[in-house]
Amino acid sequence: MSEMNMVQAVNSALDTMLERDKNVLVFGEDVGYFGGVFRTSDGLQEKHGAQRVFDTPLSEGGIAAIAFGMGLNGLRPVCEIQFADYIFPAYDQIVNEIAKLRHRSGGEFWTPVTIRTPAGGGIRGGHHHSQSPESQFTHTPGLKVVYASTPYNAKGLLISAIESEDPVVVFEPKRCYRGPFYGDPHNVPTWAGHPDADVPEEHYTIPLGQARLAKKGDECTIVSWGTMVHVCEKAIEMSGASCDLIDLQSLVPWDRDAIVESVSKTGRCVIVHEAPKTSGFGAEMAASIQERCFWGLEAPIRRVTGWDTPFPHTTEWDYMPSPSRIAEAIRETLEA
Amino acid sequence: MTSDNSIHVPEAPFRPGDSASFGKWEYAPGDLEKPDPETCSSDDTRPHAEGLIRVLGDDNSRSGAWDPDIDDGILLEGLEHMVRVRIFDERMMKMQRTGKLSFYMRSLGEEAIAIAQTMALQNQDWLFPTYRQPGAQFVRGRDMVSMICHCIGNVEDNVKGRQMPVHYTYRDGRFISVSSPVGTQFSQAVGVAMASAYKQLDEVTITWIGDGASAEGDYHYALNFASVYRAPVILNVVNNQWAISTHANMASGSSTFADRGLAYDVPSLRVDGNDFLALYSTTEWARQRASAGKGATHIEVLTYRAGAHSSSDDPSRYRPSDESSAWPGGDPIDRLKRHLISVGSWSDEKQDSLEARIDREVMQAYKEAVKYGDLAEGPYPSSDSIFTEVYSEVPWHLREQWDEMNRLRGD
Repeated sequence: MSEMNMVQAVNSALDTMLERDKNVLVFGEDVGYFGGVFRTSDGLQEKHGAQRVFDTPLSEGGIAAIAFGMGLNGLRPVCEIQFADYIFPAYDQIVNEIAKLRHRSGGEFWTPVTIRTPAGGGIRGGHHHSQSPESQFTHTPGLKVVYASTPYNAKGLLISAIESEDPVVVFEPKRCYRGPFYGDPHNVPTWAGHPDADVPEEHYTIPLGQARLAKKGDECTIVSWGTMVHVCEKAIEMSGASCDLIDLQSLVPWDRDAIVESVSKTGRCVIVHEAPKTSGFGAEMAASIQERCFWGLEAPIRRVTGWDTPFPHTTEWDYMPSPSRIAEAIRETLEA
Repeated sequence: MTSDNSIHVPEAPFRPGDSASFGKWEYAPGDLEKPDPETCSSDDTRPHAEGLIRVLGDDNSRSGAWDPDIDDGILLEGLEHMVRVRIFDERMMKMQRTGKLSFYMRSLGEEAIAIAQTMALQNQDWLFPTYRQPGAQFVRGRDMVSMICHCIGNVEDNVKGRQMPVHYTYRDGRFISVSSPVGTQFSQAVGVAMASAYKQLDEVTITWIGDGASAEGDYHYALNFASVYRAPVILNVVNNQWAISTHANMASGSSTFADRGLAYDVPSLRVDGNDFLALYSTTEWARQRASAGKGATHIEVLTYRAGAHSSSDDPSRYRPSDESSAWPGGDPIDRLKRHLISVGSWSDEKQDSLEARIDREVMQAYKEAVKYGDLAEGPYPSSDSIFTEVYSEVPWHLREQWDEMNRLRGD
């Protein structure tokens, strides 16, 4: 074990897989020589060589396309889209091509591509460095979608994604790369001393499709992913309630059983995500949870989300769910 | 402030009611030198990108620097495959017209492209086609019955009724799954080729795109990535003049499609796409270059889409009905046949008996294929195939929906 922040944990996952499997290739914009704008591939080109860790043209559509071809031809490409906001030129390649190859070819061809992309707000990135477009991928049959929240799960999920025979989109909350974020931009801690910063240096996996119980309680179930997991932790503290806090980790497939079990116990559920409300993944979950837990629900399922607007720049703290907004939703849910 | 500006909207050279006339080609087989594929620069190919590589002349003879070193045996094999594609297409089109297929797309007038280019490659090379190169599968030995079963979408369809007809997959022949979004395969092919280079295998990837789809970003991604990484890939733009009703002059403002490759520093050739020998020769040249680690070649294959875009299309609505016969490139089968007859290796009688034999072969394959189910009556692939191979294993949410479907159909 050693203490790592999320950047180091991602780096360690890539390094581990480059070491273990010569078919793993890592590439993307600024990924090679420079080691990535967030430093996630720092030192990897030097260690594994430019045949295996390299820069690409600024061409997300091209990056996804060559990943498709490499995966089809026996490799395990791990490509980075520098910001999730810039993934859309690659959308056709991901949605129509990478996700569909196995099915459309009757299983004769497949391409186990891993697409890593930093997502989410809280870094004053404005509209185009802050979005959290997970539901634009959860709506795509053939893709798996994961969303890390800590150094420990960032490494374990990424290794699972790379080893998966299916294509996986891995969202990394860039706000949490260097520390958990509790909703206070004036007081941002590092990962130092955090239990989830204890990361094995060796290979380990977190199964795709498995949620994590981040905090245990019995009055209300809070479900979240990415940066919001930590904001929820603060919100629960502010609300004074005893809550299960479930870190979803995988969105496709998602761990419905874990959530149904918790909501069956608490009778109350609040879903929190940064992405806009309409057609957000929270909507899918709320619908599924009520199908299973309707007669045990004591209150309507609440969603606390980003607004249905473009992501702002200087006013981002009024856009992202804050601890107080979430705490209020928890209190209202308990009183309902 | 105002101006006299307006949008320049290009118009097709000829529309219904016009009399199509392309004039006679000024290009002849002896025009162009053949540079060394392993040492030439992209600039050395400028004359080839602006001219037209031909081998079969108007007098039916083969000549010039690009005449490949292949004997008439290879040409007869190519002729047979081309005839097979054409007769197969005719039969499939009849099936579509009588409701036995949902849809069809012919290769009419473009048969030489997939056949000659695939024959010029090695068996380990990857083929990344569009829907207009199914003939490559005959070269790689695919059974015709299985192709018809795919087009019907019956129980023997290897892609299990999931794709429209003509969207073939044939892994044994390294013929990669055809996709409807036009152009996506072009940039993917560069990745396939990069993987071969990474593995240090002597494998080349060939891909095709239409003139229309060359306006998609994927075309430009492909050229740029192929140039940057010197990928062992052959990038063909099949300029058949028409993308449904959109004329090629809407896809590019440059004088040829080939010359766009030069801006990416990729050697670029323009080849007579109805000339079997020229196609064979340029592809062999490009393969040699790729295999030697010198990177990609970009080829404009100049041809004419003699048929409709698909069974859903009616070209008489947007182009003159005589335009196909006015095309100076002639017909690829007719041209190769006339050449082989002129050198004494073939005859009209042999052609007739070849056509009769293939006609029987196709009829027999068709009769066998419909035994596995036809479009009207089935049997179709099990609807279980909706849920399989979406992922490597069936996740719970698909399992639940699959069970729900089973309940509804009374399983």
